[in-house]
Amino acid sequence: MTPATSTDIGTDLPATAGPLATAPPERARSPRRTGERRPPAVLLAPAGLAAAVAVVPLVYLAIRAAEGGLATVVKVLVRDRTVSLVLRSLALSGAVTVVCLVLGISLAGLVVRTRLPGRRVWGVLVVLPLAVPSYVAAFAWLSMFPRFGGFLGSTLVLSLCCYPYVYLPVAAALARIDPAHEEVSRSLGAGQVRTFLSVTVRQVRPAAAGGGLLVALYVLSDFGAVALLRFDVFTRVIYTSYRSSFDLTPAAVLGCLLVVLTVLIGWGENRTRGRAGYARLGGGAARRRPPTELGGWAVLAVAWCGLVVSLAVAVPLAALGYWLVQGTSAGLDIAEVSVAAGSTLGVSALGAAVAVALALPVGVIAARYRGRLGRLLEQAAYAGHALPGIVVALSLVFLAVRYARPIYQQLPVLVLAYAVLFLPAAVAAVRASVAQCPPRLEEVARSLGRSPAGVLRSVTVPLAGPGVAAGAALVFLTCMKELPATLMLRPIGMETLATELWGHTDVAAYAAAAPYAAVLLLLAALPTALLTHRWGSTAGVSTNAGAP
Amino acid sequence: MSELVVRGVSKSFGTTPVLRGVNLTVPQGALAAVLGPSGCGKTTLLRIVAGFDTTDAGEVMIDGQVVSAPGSTVPPERRRVGMVPQEGALFPHLSVAGNVGFGLPRRRRSTRVDEMLELVGLGGYATRMPADLSGGQQQRVALARALAPGPALVLLDEPFSALDTGLRASLREDVRVALHATAATAVLVTHDQQEALSTADVVAVLQDGSIAQAGSPADLYSAPRDLDVATFVGEAVLLDAVLRDADAADCALGTLPVHAADRAPGARGTVVLRPEQLLLGPPDRGVPARVESVAFYGHDSLVRLVLADGSVSVTARTMVGHQLHTDDEVGLTVSGAASFFPS
Repeated sequence: MTPATSTDIGTDLPATAGPLATAPPERARSPRRTGERRPPAVLLAPAGLAAAVAVVPLVYLAIRAAEGGLATVVKVLVRDRTVSLVLRSLALSGAVTVVCLVLGISLAGLVVRTRLPGRRVWGVLVVLPLAVPSYVAAFAWLSMFPRFGGFLGSTLVLSLCCYPYVYLPVAAALARIDPAHEEVSRSLGAGQVRTFLSVTVRQVRPAAAGGGLLVALYVLSDFGAVALLRFDVFTRVIYTSYRSSFDLTPAAVLGCLLVVLTVLIGWGENRTRGRAGYARLGGGAARRRPPTELGGWAVLAVAWCGLVVSLAVAVPLAALGYWLVQGTSAGLDIAEVSVAAGSTLGVSALGAAVAVALALPVGVIAARYRGRLGRLLEQAAYAGHALPGIVVALSLVFLAVRYARPIYQQLPVLVLAYAVLFLPAAVAAVRASVAQCPPRLEEVARSLGRSPAGVLRSVTVPLAGPGVAAGAALVFLTCMKELPATLMLRPIGMETLATELWGHTDVAAYAAAAPYAAVLLLLAALPTALLTHRWGSTAGVSTNAGAP
Repeated sequence: MSELVVRGVSKSFGTTPVLRGVNLTVPQGALAAVLGPSGCGKTTLLRIVAGFDTTDAGEVMIDGQVVSAPGSTVPPERRRVGMVPQEGALFPHLSVAGNVGFGLPRRRRSTRVDEMLELVGLGGYATRMPADLSGGQQQRVALARALAPGPALVLLDEPFSALDTGLRASLREDVRVALHATAATAVLVTHDQQEALSTADVVAVLQDGSIAQAGSPADLYSAPRDLDVATFVGEAVLLDAVLRDADAADCALGTLPVHAADRAPGARGTVVLRPEQLLLGPPDRGVPARVESVAFYGHDSLVRLVLADGSVSVTARTMVGHQLHTDDEVGLTVSGAASFFPS
């Protein structure tokens, strides 16, 4: 599964750090000042390494596909199956994105902007699906309704899993909005609804678009849910062809095609992002906007939140609970579950550590040096964005088999796969966190007599550290949920929770699979709870303190 | 405290020259204002003095020691240059005391912090967080933070521009007092003429990347070096004129004394007067004129007048504006000398 990667999610995390938002906005004239310096070599060298790590699988996949010869490539590309595969994948991705935008924006509007009864509780509940891996949700629905699946089933399950990717950035953006714009709109004669649609929604558009992009990419690269729900999109077909055929060229070609699709989607989103920066003139703290009274609509609003949360969280939980009870009566192998849990924690921690270590130089360069080189490095590191887990796994299989036979199906390859996949999430978090610490502050610290190292210790790390830590937690979470790369690259004999779950659903042993799903859910819920708690408790405060 | 000398400093970003040979001397203990329109390079100059940007040519000396020259730069932390940025830029994760004490060695912190906070009028605020302070308070803390380590030089980058007018005036005065109390040499960058003239001991007008004129506020105001400076540093009445001799010129207001003009008699040009140099009297005294409009400011008024022959309109500043009405007839006389600029 692909990562909760995004600039936008990343941006929210550090917003957690409360008073950080006092950091003054960069003035329009400052890019010149901070922009054109070249990053120092101590940053460039490791950033270059990170970029290389991110790009190599992609390049090698293309090489491997090309080795099949032009004729083969063309043959694979033009067959009817491929065309319908592209259409099915795009249709699913589009449908899920639309549903997620509707769910995410409506819930964010209700929770952040209205006097929704119990809005603090809803604020926590609606992001819980983040902790439900899509294949666990698919498994839960499937275990209750064995005929469930196909396009509609996949759309439902994936939407319910993914809408927090829209909700979180939009909610953060809504909380950040300067109420003055809306007041101006109201004073110009626009009603509440028109103001919301024409001013508020426009202001959160970049956040919503970023979230939507995440969803679209997530769906394109999702493997577990579609595989369980038997909907033939790219990832499932690639996996099948990897497993079942001797000739791996078609898999490589399809992998490349999938990458091209994801790149196109990302490019399209970038184009629609718009040029408007949201400017605030001068200083003064932005005021906090009082929440809108819902009046009689409150019932409907609560019902809507309730419906979404119960479908996204309660249904899977109920199904798991049922099978757990069934399974325990059939005998539960606690030792086996705990071994799998242990190895999941271990590889995920390694993956997160490597990803964040690689991301640090890239993120710092991206935040501080907006030159061409910096952009190039950042884009390279974002390659993982366009690389579904299954594609990275496939490429690393090719690479390891040919050049590093001894570590094929050993731990380093799996950790490397995690690093490639989750580098974007880590870079986004680092970048956003470093941006919380404007260069101005460091300059002041220098002028007060601190050495560069002293500035790092006393200003940069305290300001950016919490965001980086939150980013690391996020990567850890996504590593634990990762299925396709783990499935293909795990060391022989090692089972993680995800692969155990997969193995058991394969044979429709729902009761035996349930404990793994439950532990996975529990493990994934911890960092999510941490993140949402931090986010929820400080979102209000942090958005308020304006620049002097 | 120390003297700042900027000698021939030039700086380009890419192919865009921002500073072209800036020369500026700020005597020990003085407060200098660098005055210029947006984008004239003020901030770049400050950043070079502070050590955050390098210079392409020329040098910066603090206390006779070269701190910036092409290819050699003393790092900011070794310059003893305090900064008060536009937005204050307080460290959001530190309390007021933490901010003020940031540049101090640990053992001196507690006493010095209290002392500095008293100096800027924020005694008792030590434990507050920056987010809880108003804009003016944040700037006071930023000033205290910059002054605390006893810097050789303090740089203030439009520190008042984000504040409202009333607050600005009082803070400006407090800053002057604090700077004098610590005998700090200071450079204030601003685009606000009033701010520069009222706050600084020395004002340097920066235009198109070089210093057009530097001098005391009074000199700058009454004897600007060229028309650009004249109109930039205050309201000006411009009149076509012909030079009569070395210290008089003829214009619509008659023959006026001018500051020594180094042109031959007969030269054409412009004379510049300040509105307060035009005195209003009864119609039979001086050049007859008719009141066109009056803008009342409380302490004084700006009166737009058309000369009786209809040729020119001028602006006069007067304390008796409230007694005047549109179409009143008055007589205009001129006090003091005008500046003459040949065209």
